[in-house]
Amino acid sequence: MGFLPFALPFAELEVGQHLYWRLGNLQLHGQVFMTSWIVIGAILALVVVGTRKMERDPRGVQNLLEFLWDYIRDLARTQIGEKAYRDWMPFIGTLFLFIFVSNWGGSLVPWKLIHLPSGELGAPTADINTTVALALLVSLSYFYAGLSRKGLRYFEYYVHPTPIMIPFKIVEDFTKPLSLSFRLFGNILADELVVAVLVFLVPLFLPVPVMFLGLFTSAIQALIFATLAAYYIGEAVEEHH
Amino acid sequence: MTSLLLFGAGGLFDFDATLPLMALQVVLLTFVLNALFFKPVGRVVEEREGYVKTSRAEAKQKLAEAEKLESDLKEQLKAARLAAQKLIQEAEQDSDQLYREALAVATADANAAREKARQEIDAQRDSALSQLEGDAKQLGDLIVNRLLAAQ
Repeated sequence: MGFLPFALPFAELEVGQHLYWRLGNLQLHGQVFMTSWIVIGAILALVVVGTRKMERDPRGVQNLLEFLWDYIRDLARTQIGEKAYRDWMPFIGTLFLFIFVSNWGGSLVPWKLIHLPSGELGAPTADINTTVALALLVSLSYFYAGLSRKGLRYFEYYVHPTPIMIPFKIVEDFTKPLSLSFRLFGNILADELVVAVLVFLVPLFLPVPVMFLGLFTSAIQALIFATLAAYYIGEAVEEHH
Repeated sequence: MTSLLLFGAGGLFDFDATLPLMALQVVLLTFVLNALFFKPVGRVVEEREGYVKTSRAEAKQKLAEAEKLESDLKEQLKAARLAAQKLIQEAEQDSDQLYREALAVATADANAAREKARQEIDAQRDSALSQLEGDAKQLGDLIVNRLLAAQ
């Protein structure tokens, strides 16, 4: 696409080009699913290797998994609170791992070497469908968390501390998924674009620091998404006194 | 360029069936990871935490026992030392008393012997004096008689 006002002879920059798959009369973004399966496969492989023979004195991959588990537990516990964090830890952890591995996979794996008929492989989180799906899951889960834990008393949250808050809280229910999805999508896509544009202009050396910055951003975005998801769930299950 | 901001196919915000399927995929991944990762690792970690906790508690208890034993022993040692000191003191006092008694007896004996000797000396001196006096008187009488007889 004519993304830049000038044309360069090598490497093209593609945004909004997808490898379409058809499933009945549904359209899918094939490249997103391909990379997401690779990401899921990598996570599952790591988990299966690490949990195959667990011992009290951890060794090898078990150390890494325990570190991750501990990290996710701390994250969930500080945001959701002691009472409810156990129920939501797998969800928060899955979000974190999926987004983190997606982002890093998008930056670290040289996807460009694989040519697709249309579109290109990249981080699944650079596709708005993925991030909106994740954000909507977060919305559903915090509603579910609040309603299942407190029943209709969950809606006290909307009038807390005063009924004046109702419109703001209702707007929040829409802005939460919106900001979650756009933050992730925007950061990852922007990172890929910046690297691509720099590679485009100065193919050697200059993109490297930006790539490191991209790795940093990717990790931070995964952490932010998981932390905010946990925070929203924590907010929903919190008891008001 | 305009297609960048469009929602349809080829646009940046190209929503289609990818969204629900991705959501489904992530939900499935959550359940799979819960079964394969979070539950088993959590069990191992919590088991270890429990083990460490009980071990620590046991160690603390043992330490407390050892400290109690130590203090008991110290107490006993102190008591024993005190008893020993007391015993020594008593023995010293005893020997002191014995010494004093012996000394007193000896002194008394010596005093008595000296007294006796003095008395004897006195008596002998008295008798010697009286005898001397008697002799002197006899001699005087003899002299007087001789003188009177010579007249």
